[in-house]
Amino acid sequence: MSATTIPTAAVTRPWKARLRLEASPVQVIAALLVAAFLLAFLIVPVGRVFAAAFAAPDGGFTLVHFGDFFRTSLFIESFWNSAYVAGMSVVVASLIAVPLAVILARYRFPGAALINTLGVLPLVMPPFVGAVAMQLVFGRNGSVNLLLMDWFDVRLSLMEGLNGVVFVQALHYFPFILMNLTASLSNIDVAMEEAGQNLGAKGFTLLRTIVLPLALPGYLAGASLVFVKVFDDLATPLLLNVTNMLAPQAYLRVTSVGLGDPMGYVISVILVLVSVAAMLLAALLLRGRDYATQQRGGGGLGRRSLSRGGMVLAWCFVIPVLLLVLAPHFGILMLSFATVWSFSPLPDGFTLAHYATVLRETPQFLTNTLIYCGVAGLIDVVIGVTIAWLVLRTRLPGRRLLDLAAMSALAVPGLVLGIGILRTYFDVQMPNGVSLATTGLMLTIVYAVRRLPYALRAATAALQQVHRSLEEAAENLGAGKTTTLLRIVVPLMVGGLAAAFVTSFATAAVELSATLVLAARDVDAPLSYGIYVFMQSPAGRGPGAALGVIAVVTVAICTFIAHRIAEGERRRRSRGHNEA
Amino acid sequence: MPEAWQTTRRRLLGASGGALLVPQVARAQAALEPRAVIITSFSRDVTTPFVQAFERRHPGTKIEVQNRSTTAAVAFIRETRSSPPDMMWASAPDAFEVLKQGNLLAKPQIDTSGIPARIGGGPTNDPEGHYFGFAVSGYGIMYNTRYLRANRLPVPKEWADLKNPVYQNHVGISSPSRSGTTHLTVETILQGEGWAPGWAQLLEIGGNFAQVSDRSFGVPDAVNSGQYGIGIVIDFFGFAAKAAGFPVEFVYPTVTTLVPANIAMIEGAKNPNAARAFIQFLLSPEGQEVLLDPKVMRLPVRPETYAKAPAGFPNPFTDPSLGARVKFDNDVSEKRYELLNSLFDRMITFRLRELTEAWKAVHAAEAALARRDNAEGRRLVAEARQKLTQVPVSEAQAADSAIAGAFQPTRPGRTPGPRQAQLEEEWDRFAVANYAEAKQLAERAQRAR
Repeated sequence: MSATTIPTAAVTRPWKARLRLEASPVQVIAALLVAAFLLAFLIVPVGRVFAAAFAAPDGGFTLVHFGDFFRTSLFIESFWNSAYVAGMSVVVASLIAVPLAVILARYRFPGAALINTLGVLPLVMPPFVGAVAMQLVFGRNGSVNLLLMDWFDVRLSLMEGLNGVVFVQALHYFPFILMNLTASLSNIDVAMEEAGQNLGAKGFTLLRTIVLPLALPGYLAGASLVFVKVFDDLATPLLLNVTNMLAPQAYLRVTSVGLGDPMGYVISVILVLVSVAAMLLAALLLRGRDYATQQRGGGGLGRRSLSRGGMVLAWCFVIPVLLLVLAPHFGILMLSFATVWSFSPLPDGFTLAHYATVLRETPQFLTNTLIYCGVAGLIDVVIGVTIAWLVLRTRLPGRRLLDLAAMSALAVPGLVLGIGILRTYFDVQMPNGVSLATTGLMLTIVYAVRRLPYALRAATAALQQVHRSLEEAAENLGAGKTTTLLRIVVPLMVGGLAAAFVTSFATAAVELSATLVLAARDVDAPLSYGIYVFMQSPAGRGPGAALGVIAVVTVAICTFIAHRIAEGERRRRSRGHNEA
Repeated sequence: MPEAWQTTRRRLLGASGGALLVPQVARAQAALEPRAVIITSFSRDVTTPFVQAFERRHPGTKIEVQNRSTTAAVAFIRETRSSPPDMMWASAPDAFEVLKQGNLLAKPQIDTSGIPARIGGGPTNDPEGHYFGFAVSGYGIMYNTRYLRANRLPVPKEWADLKNPVYQNHVGISSPSRSGTTHLTVETILQGEGWAPGWAQLLEIGGNFAQVSDRSFGVPDAVNSGQYGIGIVIDFFGFAAKAAGFPVEFVYPTVTTLVPANIAMIEGAKNPNAARAFIQFLLSPEGQEVLLDPKVMRLPVRPETYAKAPAGFPNPFTDPSLGARVKFDNDVSEKRYELLNSLFDRMITFRLRELTEAWKAVHAAEAALARRDNAEGRRLVAEARQKLTQVPVSEAQAADSAIAGAFQPTRPGRTPGPRQAQLEEEWDRFAVANYAEAKQLAERAQRAR
């Protein structure tokens, strides 16, 4: 465990030596490139908007607005509400995700591909359509409640108040935990488990002492994402009309027409600070421990067959959970075929007309989304791996700062980023006279910036499990740092990288708030914009839902393919291991 | 008052004539640019028929439509001064006012003859010629007929009907700070009933709110799908939903005002001639007829267009009750615009749970009193009602620039008053304390004998 000795060495080294750059030129260049990207497309644009939080009436610098924040009881109450909702969402999401991940990684389960694919879909909740479908299924007069009232005369308040927010958020974001934990579990070397078994551990003890601790990086990566995402999320509180939370308070102020007050930006700055703090806390929990496994290619835990009873139990958990988390998607599907659906458990009638409308009027939305989000996902994987590598494997000064800067994108409202980008880049003209800020290229970059935190967390968790000695071995054999990264490290991380790409891609496909500021022309616009446009009128509800279904199906297909690639890679490696 | 504007209208009508328009259009057509960009908050359903009709009329010009929410549209225009879109097309007059204050609107020469200068309580066009009303809308009550039947609720006709405890948890509205049109409704009620009685009425209706939505379309959406039964919405949401087949109806209460939906040319537009032609087309008899399309369903500003409207279509020119009772005072509204938004959010939006629970307790106490009347109970209920129908700001304070000014962007030379954050904290405490006390009083009243 050479890694653990380095920090102490750094502290004891003389001051002068610490100033000397301990990095290769490639590392410096990589860091500078990433820093330039973040500076250009995140920090400068957002900084220009956030400056309002510190502006005194005469244009000078002031902190009085921050004082006001802490003196306002509504904000303090909102702060605790947000913290409660975020914490509880992590708990509920874990209850859903952890059993699923254990079933996936530990047992030969015939529905594994199904869970892998369907498990991502809750993240892909098309804007507006998702909200309407959720209400139609779980709302106060949704299908569930209408049927319950018919049969038993009871009504469940699934979507009311803070606990309603927890319910919806947990259903929405548990895939973060599921994906990161599954990637983590399948990276645990079977030798570790066997060692545990040889020492006499079995069943629950084995799970508790070997498997769960080794899976901690993945779990924490997912859980901290859920916490921060829920803490900063607006869509769900707004959907449920819960306004006594921090993110909606900021949003309502930033977006009200004609309101020039700085408080919205103050809240945004505080959201960023809390998110960064949560991420630091997660990193702190992992500090001083080493999660890497030396013998790579183990191909994960030994998969065992479930007993008949175990199989029944597993299905009994998986099926209701999948039904629950996919209910909104069934809702969207029905909405897309429905003629009129009002105050009844099912639509009045069914039609294909909405799909015809969508295909006739808006053919380019789908291809735009695939291009923008696919490229954004790739950018995220590249930058995510680079930052994770710089943070975990080099001693470059300021590397943690890169990590935090990238993570802070999570807490920046899309609208703020959109306005910042317009402010910074609108005057940059493309050769054809169009402004750079409103091109598809800029949309791609904005998606990459907004979804980078997901990819970065997944990449970090994946890299934490690759033992340093493997790289050292490669270096001893003469490979340079970069060669080692590309030939040894990245192939070993492939499962985690697939998860990183899928999360970035899938969530970018339904991004709306920045899209709405930046998308300029129909021909350049992605699906989410198309959905927004349709969902503004009663007659557009069906076509909007049809576009939503197209978005969800597209993401599902891409996820499935990504999993197949990752799984193929894993199998190839584990076969090699067995033969050796 | 109605008579005064009717004569104006007749005079204007007499002076106008379809013929006037022809040379104007012909002249503009000579130099039309091949494209024009329009930024709008209207849905595709609304914009497409207009764009198609315009492109048929002017085959050489293509209209590019950019859909954005009103907020995003205003932000976009602000940030793109160097090369802005050509036109802004939206409902909320306040958004246009914001753009005009920021010197972002051009002043195109548009022929508005034949269009009455005032419809309902207010002017049709911006008096300074920066933006033009192309349709009017009134606020009212939209309800889901299936929902009302299933819950055995009576059909509401007036704002005051919504105070009825039977509607507890059945009514929805969007917040005035989020929707320029709701803002006008609230302002209309306050001007029509007076500041204090208006707030009392709003707070009592607030006791029945199921939700305060953050976007105007959220309300018709919820009524359409039956999440709640009754929504306070602008008329075309109701008409368009009905035309799309939803089981909904819409009524205008007597206290309503007609608000123009507007179009404007943006300062520095790259295609000024095409933009002018489009605005002119929108106001022409031909353009006005498009408003009667079942997916659009808005009230035209040309009186003659109503002759072609379907039966039962409301006509503000022949129905004197529509929007006539309230004389809408723009100056009063302007002064307290931001203050009103903030006050509504503090008193209702952010404290909805406390407010509705207190009213629930009051209604329960009143039901108990009806069964077993006693003086003590009546006194307590009266006190609770009094607590629940008060706002911490008087009409005079709302117009005071030291207080209302705290909510406006700082301007040089303004007398520094209390900061917005301080006032909001004060109001929030007021609301929380009052609602808690009222709830306690009502609970005591319920037990009183």
